[in-house]
Formats: sequence, structure tokens, C-alpha cells
Amino acid sequence: MSHAINVTNLSKRVQLPASELCILNDVSFTIEQGQTLAIVGASGSGKSTLLALLAGLDSASEGRVEILGIDLNTLDEDGRAKLRGEKVGFVFQSFQLLPALSALENVMLPLELRGDNKPEIAAREILQQVGLGERLDHYPRQLSGGEQQRVAIARAFVVQPAVLFADEPTGNLDTETGRAVIDLLFELNQNSGTTLVLVTHDERLAARCSKQLRLASGQIVL
Amino acid sequence: MKLIKLAWRQTWRDLAAGEIRLMLLALIIAVLAVTAVSFITDRAEQGLQQEANRLLGGDAALRADTPIAITVPASAKKLNLNVAQTASFPSMVQTGAAVTLADIKAVDDQYPLRGEFEIQRGNTSQNETVRGGPKPGTLWLSADAARKLNAQFGQAIGVGDAQLIYAATLLQEPDAALDYFNVAPKVMIALRDLPSTGLVQNGSRIQYRLVVAGNKPSVQKFVQNTRKNLQRGQRLESSEDARPEVRSALDRAGRFLSLAALVSLILAAVAIALAARRHSARHLDGSAVMRCLGASQATIAFLQLGELFFLGLVGSGIGIGLAWLLQLVVGGYLSNAMGVVLPAASLQPIWAGFAIGFTVLLAFAVPPVLALRKVPALRVLRRDVPISEPSAWAVGLLGLSGLGALLWWKADSAVLGGLILGGIVITALVLAGIAWLLLRWLKSTRHKLHGPWRYGLANLSRHQGMTLTQVSALGLGLMALLLLTFVRTDLLSRWQQTLPSDAPNRFVINVQPDQLPAVTQFVQDIGLQNAQLFPMVRARLQSVNGKAVTGASYKNNGERAMRLAEREFNLSSVAEFGKDNTLVAGEFWSKNHSGALEMSVEQGFAESLNWKLGDVVRFDVAGTKLSAKITSFRKIEWESFKPNFFVVISPNGLQGLSASYISALYVPKDKQNKMDDLVRQFPNLSVIDIEAVLKQVRSTVDQVSRVVESVFYFSLFAGLLVLLAAVQASQDERMREAGVMRVLGASKKQLRLAQATEFASLGLLAGLVASISASVIASLIATKVFSLPWSFNLPLIMYGVLGGTTLALLAGLWATRKVTQVPPMETLRSL
Repeated sequence: MSHAINVTNLSKRVQLPASELCILNDVSFTIEQGQTLAIVGASGSGKSTLLALLAGLDSASEGRVEILGIDLNTLDEDGRAKLRGEKVGFVFQSFQLLPALSALENVMLPLELRGDNKPEIAAREILQQVGLGERLDHYPRQLSGGEQQRVAIARAFVVQPAVLFADEPTGNLDTETGRAVIDLLFELNQNSGTTLVLVTHDERLAARCSKQLRLASGQIVL
Repeated sequence: MKLIKLAWRQTWRDLAAGEIRLMLLALIIAVLAVTAVSFITDRAEQGLQQEANRLLGGDAALRADTPIAITVPASAKKLNLNVAQTASFPSMVQTGAAVTLADIKAVDDQYPLRGEFEIQRGNTSQNETVRGGPKPGTLWLSADAARKLNAQFGQAIGVGDAQLIYAATLLQEPDAALDYFNVAPKVMIALRDLPSTGLVQNGSRIQYRLVVAGNKPSVQKFVQNTRKNLQRGQRLESSEDARPEVRSALDRAGRFLSLAALVSLILAAVAIALAARRHSARHLDGSAVMRCLGASQATIAFLQLGELFFLGLVGSGIGIGLAWLLQLVVGGYLSNAMGVVLPAASLQPIWAGFAIGFTVLLAFAVPPVLALRKVPALRVLRRDVPISEPSAWAVGLLGLSGLGALLWWKADSAVLGGLILGGIVITALVLAGIAWLLLRWLKSTRHKLHGPWRYGLANLSRHQGMTLTQVSALGLGLMALLLLTFVRTDLLSRWQQTLPSDAPNRFVINVQPDQLPAVTQFVQDIGLQNAQLFPMVRARLQSVNGKAVTGASYKNNGERAMRLAEREFNLSSVAEFGKDNTLVAGEFWSKNHSGALEMSVEQGFAESLNWKLGDVVRFDVAGTKLSAKITSFRKIEWESFKPNFFVVISPNGLQGLSASYISALYVPKDKQNKMDDLVRQFPNLSVIDIEAVLKQVRSTVDQVSRVVESVFYFSLFAGLLVLLAAVQASQDERMREAGVMRVLGASKKQLRLAQATEFASLGLLAGLVASISASVIASLIATKVFSLPWSFNLPLIMYGVLGGTTLALLAGLWATRKVTQVPPMETLRSL
């Protein structure tokens, strides 16, 4: 059986006017299906870049990322988007809900994008699960930060992803709300057997994951 | 001082960081559009004015029936004006046995001051253009004068007591258009030869003209001074007194060019408003940080206003510079197209450019930018804290006041400025109202749509205020463009229609009543269209409603009324009016009218003399009295080139009076020699070649059309830039959301579909309402300003809707094209 995620010699460099900056240098690791992985490290260590590369949001300078056995290098931009739509969920630090859409519509969107016929039923159901059954028609601006993140989590889980990426999911929330959101995230993850990869500064949050990957200056620190 | 430096540094920092570039670009575009149009219209108007002056032979002329006092040319010279003098009168000229009545024109060696004579010095010589009349001792003959006299080059021609040598044939004179009704052949002699002819005697009907030319202020001063001291029998002429058809073409051109400049101005203001919103939104964080670091509200306000000031200076400067370069290029093209040398642009548009730049910034950019001073420092920590926005009413009112002031100034007409501004306010309200209704409907029906379609439409109903602003802005831009299209199309087609290719090119006059059947037969025999012959008598006004009138009776109605009441004018009689006569008031008589005589009067003529429907007017026609009751007022299209008369009497009204008949014919080239046969057969007839006149008028109209077209294309370009600015104003948000959608698995196609849905809907909505508004405003402008009839133009409305949708779609997709080309993470990070 293939790994949920297989990363081989992954590097990311950007060209500056005078020199080349290496953000990620020769990173390799694997994660099995259902595992939880925390990527930790100081600011600028390359955490978010690694996450973006894993999710196919950015392209690597060198190396390979395989998600569920599919090499992202072999996919074009649309192919990677399709893979994300079908197999991957994403939770952002700043929620990134579409302000024009209601909570329900935000959750329905990924289902609609992949062509589901009855997206509303699944979306309503998962919003009930995250405790927002009464706020389906509310717009993001009418929701608190914690509620917005719960909508974002519902949006991520509604496609029943095999892999879920979360970028500092509690970074914009107070401790109490952050804890509740994380509980929700782990609970949904456990119920659905999703592979969870999260980037965090929070050591306590990292400790709840089955595996930790520490980055410093773009390299894995053992 | 430190704050000024800080504002300057902030301007450059923002420029370098790209934050302010869109704002700067919008300002440059705004100033560039208005200033370039000003430069071009200024040059074109000057060029057209020169053309009009060419027709006049100078910039202004004093006409008199007695010799003009020596003090007048002296005062003109004192003002550094060039002066030329002419004297014209009818007289017999002869060569051997041949004698003919000719119109003698004695000119000095300066005449004409504008334009040139076209002459031919021998049968096989090339045509020459010259300035200054014949040398003393010689004369020039018009082609028909030479034919009538059977004159040979070098032959002596008798003019009064003098014998002058026939030196050249006069092919064209600059002021021919002024008096093409002049029947007699032309003879041009040197003014210095005039005394030797012995024709200047007491009672001679000599018309003296003094023409001046020079810089505008001096000419104006001369006109003012002379008008004050106008003697009896003297009359001032400027280009405004030129032929009515030329004048109305110039008049319409002037109004249209102003309209084009106004349209550019509106587009500019819309662009600035949109760019300012974006500028303000992008400065929220920076201002919050500054507040956090201890900057007071006053400091933030000073810095922001300082930045706007520098922005205004730089943006207006660049805009004006580019406009200057552009007018050089367009001016060169126009000069070629018009076939005249366009004068250099004046400096006025430069100052106007700065004034416009700063006024637009003040009216549209200051309110949102000033609101930055109220950004709470807390935003540094919490981005969701509410931000106080300037009152929409205050912003709207300030923007409208600024725009109104600019419109009034640019239009130089409260009516035109008011109509445009009214159109803007109504359109904005109508657009916003309809958009609001549509948004409500969208909200309730959106759930029926899926994915990208739903998202695209949902974007329309988000932040209602923003969407309403966008639709209104796009709608205004579109409305302005459509308005221009409506009016331009109408004007150009009207001009094309008024000068059809088969417009009459020959006038046949002096046909006697007993010759009517024979002349009609002749015209039919040579295969020309049935010519309508109009009877014509010379009449003098005697009384109105039984009360005798003279020129003095119209003292209070102005110079024109006095002149009309004193001079003889042509009366005609028809059974039925042509298409070039439109009924304004009263009723036309029936075709078979009999009984009491009625008369129909041209509207302007009636207004000058204060005549009302029902008035009974009596004329003296060569000693016979003729009374008729006014039963209708008409509007005449002088551009039709058909014989038209201010006063027309009902059928058979001229019976018993010694009327002659006049007709206008279109004679194709291959039949023009038949006209000589006509004259041979009926020697008393005169056939006037008005082709040269037509050529002049047509070339003027062509030039005007070209200027209008150039200005129109420039405004269209400015309009497209505004559309782009409107789309770009919300680009950040769109790019971020597109990035999120990519993360959620949207394909490029789905993303483009969502964007296309939104932009197309936006364009459709704006296009529809803009089309209808433009149509309504255009009808007002057509009828109230241009005095043209108007009809509802459905294809143009469809064109507006399709055009709006396509433009918004293309501009929107172009502005957001990067979203699908850049990795989603980069899109999200860059914002």
C-alpha cells in the first residue's frame, strides 16, 4: 500500500536580485494514512512553504511530492486542483471564507466544484456536526472568528478528504476558542480516518499529533 | 516641513511599492484624456475658426455703404492688426461689341488676409493661388464674365472710363461662399484703379469693406470699439455671420467637441473615484500602524493630503506631458486630414489640466483618503474592528459638486452642463435602483444555480454598496460612450444627409413666367430630374396689423431686426413645402388653397421681428401692395442647398406681380455643357455654378466630421481605461478569492466561468440601464441643444447592452488573467 504522503529530496529556492535564497533544502519524509503530523519550527523556517508544496499550491525547485501515490510533478495546475478537490482538504489561519457566500454556500462550494449533484445535504449535515446548524444562512462577516474557522473546517471535511492540511489553524483565535477548534479538528479527523498535516507554533498542539517534523532554516532537524 | 518631507517620501515609497500606482495611473489617464481632448479641440476649433475666417477673407470685416473713415483702418493698425480694403458694385463692362453687367470688386494688394485667390494666367497655364488682387492697370475676370465678353488674355476691357488688361481668370475667391447668390459675372480690379474708372459718384451703389486680421484679443478689441462707433449703413461681420449652413456646421461642431470633452471628463472622474477607493483600502493597515506609533489624526490627514498633492502634481504633470505629445501626433494627422495648417495649441489646457487633476482629486479622492485618519490603532491587532467610512451622502455631494463645476466650466453652457450632470445623477440613481432590485432578486434565486455560476452571481450581491457603486460607475462610463455614439452617429448621418451626392449644383434664375413651360421642357429633355421652379419677387415691409413700420420701429429688437425691416427681401409662393421645411407652429395651407392670402414665415425671422401667428403683414412689391395673414412658422434646413425663403405666400399669391422664377438643379458632369445650350436658348437666364461653393462647404463639413471622429475615438479609449480601472478596483479581493477557490479544487475553466459570469452580469446590467439612459439623454440633447429630430434607436440599445457585456467581460477577464497563471499560494501571499 502506498503512503498517504511521500516526500523525496524536496527543495524550494527563490531568486533574489543579488543571490538565491533557499527556503527548503532537501527534505524527505513519509506519512501513513490516518497519521497526524505537526510541522513545527520558528518563523521563516520554511513550514508554510513545505505545506504549500505538499498541497500542490506551489511548485518545487527540486524533489518530489506524492499524495496517495500520485506524483504532483506529473500534474499540471488543473490536475493538482482536481486532486485537491477530490482528496485534499485545507484549513487556513485566516479562514479564507468567501465573503459573498453564506456559511452553507461556502461549505457547498468544493462539492459543487467537483460536480456533486446534491451538495446541500452533505453541507447541512457537516455544519450541524460543527455546531453551526442554526447559522447556515449567515455570511462570514456575521460570524465570530471561531465560528468562521468552524465553517472552514466543515468546508475542508465535507469532501471527505484523504489528507487534510491545516496552516496555523488557531493562529487567529483566542486560546479557548482555539482549543475548541482543535478538539473539533481532531474529532472529525478521528471519525473519518483522514491524514492530518498541520503547521503550528503551538508545542501543545504539536504534542497531540502522532508525529512531529521540526524545521530549521529549511531543513529537518532531528 | 518635516511632515512635507515625510509626505514626499511616503509618495515615493508607495510608488516604489506599487501601492499607489493604480491611483497615479488613473490620474494620469484622467488628466491625459481631458487635456489631450482640450488641446485637440482647442487646435481644431482654432483651425475651424481660421477656415471660417478664410471664408470671410479676414478675422472680422466692417461693411459700409459709404466710404469708411480713415480713422478706422488707423485704429486697427494701432492694434497691430493687418488691414485690407475692398469696394464692390455692379457695373457694365465691355470689350468691343460685347457688353455685360458685372459685379466689380476692387481689392487692395493685401486682400484677402485669410485664404487665397485661385487664378489662371493663360488658357494653358497652371492654376495659381495668390494673395493680393490684380496689379494696377490689369483685371481678372470670372470664367462666365470672360465667356460673356468673349475676352482674350491681354485684351483691354472697359470698366467705366478705364481700360484694364485682362491678366487672369478668377477661379475661386476665399469669400465666394458669402454671396454665391450673386448673379452677375465677377470682375476683380485693383483698388488703386477705382478712381480712374470714374464709377465712384454720388448715388453709386458701392459697398465698402474693411477686413482685419491678427491676434484674437486685438480683433476682439477692434470689434468692440467699432461696434460702439457703428455709423448708419455700417455693419460688422465676423465668422458668425458667414453662410448659415457653414455657421450651423461650425456651431454644431463646437458643441459636439465640448460634449466630447465633457464625456472624457466624466470618465476621468469615474476612474479617479474607483482608484481612490482602492488607494484608501490599501492604506488602512499603514495608517493603523502609524496611529499605533503615535501619529495624531491631524498628522495622518496632513500626510495623506500631502501625498495626494504630490500625486496630483506628478500625475497631472505626466498626463499633461503625454497629452502634449499626443496632440502633436493627432494634430499632425488632423492637419493632413483637414488639409489646413492647424495653429499650435494654446497654453490654456496646461493650466486647465492641473486644475482638473486637483479638482477631481479633491472631489473624488479626498473623502476616502481623509477617512484613513480615523482608522483605529486597534486594527493593528484586530483586523475586524469596524472602520469609519466617510458619509456616502457627503462623498456623493462633494463628487457631484466637483463634477458639476468642471462640467459647467468645460461646457461653457449651463444648459449643456446641466443636461449632462442631470443625466449623470439620474443614471446613477436609476442604475443603483435597478441594480438593487436585481440584487434582491438574485439573492432569492441564487440557490437554483451551481458552483461557479452561483459564486459569480453571489459576488454581485455581496457588499451591496460596493456592487451598486461598481454598476453605477460602469454604467456611467458606458452611458457616456453610448451618448457619444448616439449623438455622433446622429450628427454625422445628419451631415451626410444634408449634403447628398446629388445636392443641387446649379441655380437657374431669372426665368420669366412665359418661359416656364419651355424651360421645364428643356430640363426634362436633357434628362434631369423634374425641377421645381419657385416664383420670386423683391418686397419691402410696409405695415404689420395696419401699423406702418420702418427700421426704427424695431429699435428694441436689435440690429438684425432693423436691417430686415429696412432692406428688400425675396418673397416666394408655393403650394406645398418640401422636406427641408418643418412646421413649427400654426398650419400649412392645403395644396389647393384659394381665398384670402396666407403666409408662412421662418421661425428665426419671425422671432427677430416679433411677428405672431394671425398678424397681417403688408409688403410693397414694386409699387403694388401685397397683404397676407401669418398662418404658420417654419424651420428651414439651409444645408439642403435648395432655394428657400424666409417669407412664403400661399398659392397664386404672387399673381399679377412681376415675378421671376428660380430653380436648383443637380447637373451631372456629362450634362454640364447643356447648361450653355440653356443660356443660349434663353439669353435672359443666368445659370449659377454653385459647385465651387458646395465644394467649400462640403470640405468644411468633412473636416468637422474628421475632428469629431478623432475626438470620439480618443474618448472611447478613455472609456475603455475607465472600465479597466473599475475592474481593477476590486482586483485584490477577486484574486484572493480565486486563490481560495483554486485551493478548494476549482479548475481554471471553473474559475474563468465564475469570473465570466460575474463580469458579464455586471456588464449586462450596466449596459442595459446605460443604453436606456443614454437614449433618453441623447433625445434631450438632440432636440434641445442640436435642434435635430430624434427617434428611438433600438439597434443602438442592443449594441450598448452587447458592447457593455463584452467590454466588461473582456476587461474583467484580462485584469484577472494572472489568477489562473500563478500558483494559488503566490496569489494568496501577494495580497
